[in-house]
Amino acid sequence: MTPAGEGALPADDGGARVSLASPTMIDVVDVSRRYEGDQAALDHLSLHVAEGECLALLGPSGSGKSTLLNLIAGLDRPTEGTVTVGGTRVDRLGEAAAARYRRATIGLVFQFFNLLDDLTVADNVLLPAQIAGRPAAGSRRRAAELLETLGIDRHAQAYPGRLSGGERQRVAVARALMNRPPLLLADEPTGALDTASGAEVRKLLVDLHAEGQTIVLVTHDEVLAAAVATRTVRLVDGQVAA
Amino acid sequence: MSAIRTVVRGAQRRRVSTIVIVAATAMAVTATVLAGLLLAASSAPFANAFAAQHGAHLTALFDAAKTTEQQVAATASQAGQAAGPFPVATVAPKQDGGPGPGLPPLTVAGRADPGSGPIDRVTLLSGRWARAADEIVIARTNLRLPAGTTLTVANGSTLKVVGEGRSISRTAQGWMTPGGVAALGQTGWQMLYRYADAGTEAAMTAHRTALGGGAQTQSWLGVRDDAAHRTQLFVPLLSAFGLIGLALAALVIGNVTAGTVASATRRIGVMKALGLTPAQVVRACLAQALIPGLIGAVLGIVAGDLLAVPLTADVAELFGTVPMSVTPWVDAAAIVAAVLVIAATAAPAGWRAARLRTVDALAVGRTPAHGRGRLAARLAARSRLPRPFSLGLAQPFTRPARLLAMLVTIGLGTAAATFAIGLAVSLRHVQAADQKPNTSADVLVLPPMDAADRTDPRAVLDATPGTGSYYGRGPAEVAVDGLRETARGTVTTGDARAAGYEMLDGRWYTAPGEAVVTTGFLTATGKHVGDTVTGTGHGPLTLVGEVFDGSANNHLYTDAASLPGPQPALEWYIKLAPGTDRTAYLVALQGRNLQAEATQAEGADGTLVILDSLTALLTALLVSVAGLGVLNAVVLESRDRVHDIGVHKSVGMTPKQTAVMVVASVGIPGLVGGVAGVPAGWLLHHWAVPAMAHGAGIRLPQSTIDVYAPGLLAVLALAGLVLAAGGALLPAGWAARTRTAVALRTE
Repeated sequence: MTPAGEGALPADDGGARVSLASPTMIDVVDVSRRYEGDQAALDHLSLHVAEGECLALLGPSGSGKSTLLNLIAGLDRPTEGTVTVGGTRVDRLGEAAAARYRRATIGLVFQFFNLLDDLTVADNVLLPAQIAGRPAAGSRRRAAELLETLGIDRHAQAYPGRLSGGERQRVAVARALMNRPPLLLADEPTGALDTASGAEVRKLLVDLHAEGQTIVLVTHDEVLAAAVATRTVRLVDGQVAA
Repeated sequence: MSAIRTVVRGAQRRRVSTIVIVAATAMAVTATVLAGLLLAASSAPFANAFAAQHGAHLTALFDAAKTTEQQVAATASQAGQAAGPFPVATVAPKQDGGPGPGLPPLTVAGRADPGSGPIDRVTLLSGRWARAADEIVIARTNLRLPAGTTLTVANGSTLKVVGEGRSISRTAQGWMTPGGVAALGQTGWQMLYRYADAGTEAAMTAHRTALGGGAQTQSWLGVRDDAAHRTQLFVPLLSAFGLIGLALAALVIGNVTAGTVASATRRIGVMKALGLTPAQVVRACLAQALIPGLIGAVLGIVAGDLLAVPLTADVAELFGTVPMSVTPWVDAAAIVAAVLVIAATAAPAGWRAARLRTVDALAVGRTPAHGRGRLAARLAARSRLPRPFSLGLAQPFTRPARLLAMLVTIGLGTAAATFAIGLAVSLRHVQAADQKPNTSADVLVLPPMDAADRTDPRAVLDATPGTGSYYGRGPAEVAVDGLRETARGTVTTGDARAAGYEMLDGRWYTAPGEAVVTTGFLTATGKHVGDTVTGTGHGPLTLVGEVFDGSANNHLYTDAASLPGPQPALEWYIKLAPGTDRTAYLVALQGRNLQAEATQAEGADGTLVILDSLTALLTALLVSVAGLGVLNAVVLESRDRVHDIGVHKSVGMTPKQTAVMVVASVGIPGLVGGVAGVPAGWLLHHWAVPAMAHGAGIRLPQSTIDVYAPGLLAVLALAGLVLAAGGALLPAGWAARTRTAVALRTE
């Protein structure tokens, strides 16, 4: 397993490049996100995450956890405030630059895996590298290495629909790590899993963090947060709870 | 009912796809209306126009010097209906500022209005009817004199063209007020008759005889036969376009409907979970498809009726008839057909959705069935193509039915374009072949102005530097046993092979006593190449070849020496020696008192221009319908895959790469549809063009049919790709702009 940084950024990633010299990986300052009807999902929230840290965002449904994760991932833009990741002002990125930023900087793990059903496990894992235009041979080696490390190499040519929930989430993690991202964002990674599978994924995240991976974890699962996170932040109504 | 309303409201939420459904249905119904009009207009166009105008079965012209108005009026009692007498004058006008000598003589009838009488209700095609004595309405023929043109007649007075009209019965070449005709110098009286029994030559002969020998008459049967030539030439063409239009429209509407129902499957699952019965599901599916479909159909009818105006004008011009007005039964038939196609597609799709277990409908939702397209996805993943491109290429294989519909849509669009382009090239080749005898030479020496002057220019031509080869050509009447009337003949002196007549069979004649003839001649006489014909005034003529003639006449070509008697006035066609300056050569001939001029192509005639415009309009329409069909399919596919698009974007796919993926998804259908559509269009062309010629009584040289060069076919095959990519551009832009977070939230 390769932790954050190590050779993860291709030379042609332009504006999406992360400044590795920054001790702060994520700097969210006074961010608000309002949707139609002026309802604030996030309300003047500020947050800082250091490189190598594993932060767990806890809170009830509708508290703004996933919205914050989307802002950090460049999937959405704040209505106000700034989001800086590795020195890049994510809130200013256009769609194309945000895509390049995600390629280079972010690995995303979702509650419902978001694997492509018509691609094999190996092709799902390879996808971020292929989209980034990485050399094929190196990418295949990297995918094989990840599948082996995560214990799912025997399923490489299977389709996601045939795997258990835990196995699918491992595939999703492998895909998220494919481009060696400095930052892993996980949105309820155990939320759709049974207890045994949840434990597998929990161990996986612990191992990743132990190897130096910066992780931001959104979860309802207090056990997961306690096992993995170095720090927890609780959100209520779009604000950090006192 | 509230559950059904809920399902139907799904369409309101999916605004983009609903708009595309409405637009595609509208375009398809527009094509249906126009195709229906084409088929209606191509069905007995002369008979319909004749009935609409209450055409004259017999047009009689009485000499005003020998017959009084009362005597002419009295002939009305011999027919079922009669109109007239109308004063008639013959004028030979000259167009002010126009080139050349004068216009052909025009027979002008004095009519106070175009069509209030019981017979020959002239259709005013442009401008207005004549109100003053110096105003004239011109019958539209190949001679186009637009409103505003000023004509000068022999007595020095001027006439202003104020409109163009068309009489199906061809009763006159122009119309003025009765006072205007009188001012020009009336020469006759015109009477128009309609009879209960006018269907046979015998009956018309009897009616003609009853009028006495003092009248020049014109039977509607002759006019009808003449019109039939034009009609038969173009009916296969317009019918082919009409049938393609109907097929394409049905396909697009069916595809749109099936896609609409399929995209509602998950919603139906939710409704079933809440208690919707299977019957309610079917009704809901029908309603969901019919509501946007009907809105589109109504819009399509409006657009079709608007586009029908230029279309029917072109068709009428082609047939020499009058434009059809908006035809309610075509509109009604188009709506009914659209509703039937929508219902026939939506009901089975709805029934399938109704039979689907609720849990499956909820689970499967809008995603394609597992297992489909995996081989394509594997192959694409292993290709060296950029990943967004290869992902797109594999996409359509997950939905085989939609892929097939897209293939057929693109195939039909490409076939239409192939057919239209081939047709345009063929018609140009026909025109070129027809004009070749006039354009293959460099210089033309006309016969002397004085008809009595029989000076042979050959000595001058031989003596003038620069003369290459030459031959003489002139008209002759040739009596042929077995033909009621003499055949039109052309006699030549010298080696007329240089004229480049296109041979359909046999060879050009090389000696007196041999002749080549047109297809019309062979048809009329029942002879074949190799036979011999005889006739008064000449010896036996051996038919050694069949020559192409676009006019379908009985025409015979032979050496001047084959026909004894006085030599006709010949035109001489000269091919100059290489390097000769034509202008200097012309000056040299004119200096020797020869009337010489440069030959030139006549340019595209009016019919070709109309055909070009009609073909362009129909092709644009069919290609647009096909493009909208593709657009709809890609919109549905993109909507169905919006979540996958979100996943791609979440792992770093840029908007540009997303657009490439969506456009690439139509690459294989575009290529395969194009490659399949080209032979279909080729076959249609190779059927329709000879059929057009056969209908007109002519045979075409193979060179006018074999018009598709390999390069052109390759370009046309790629047209399918262009059509597909054109249809995919809008949804590709939409997919590129879709916000990742929104796409990921979409179920």
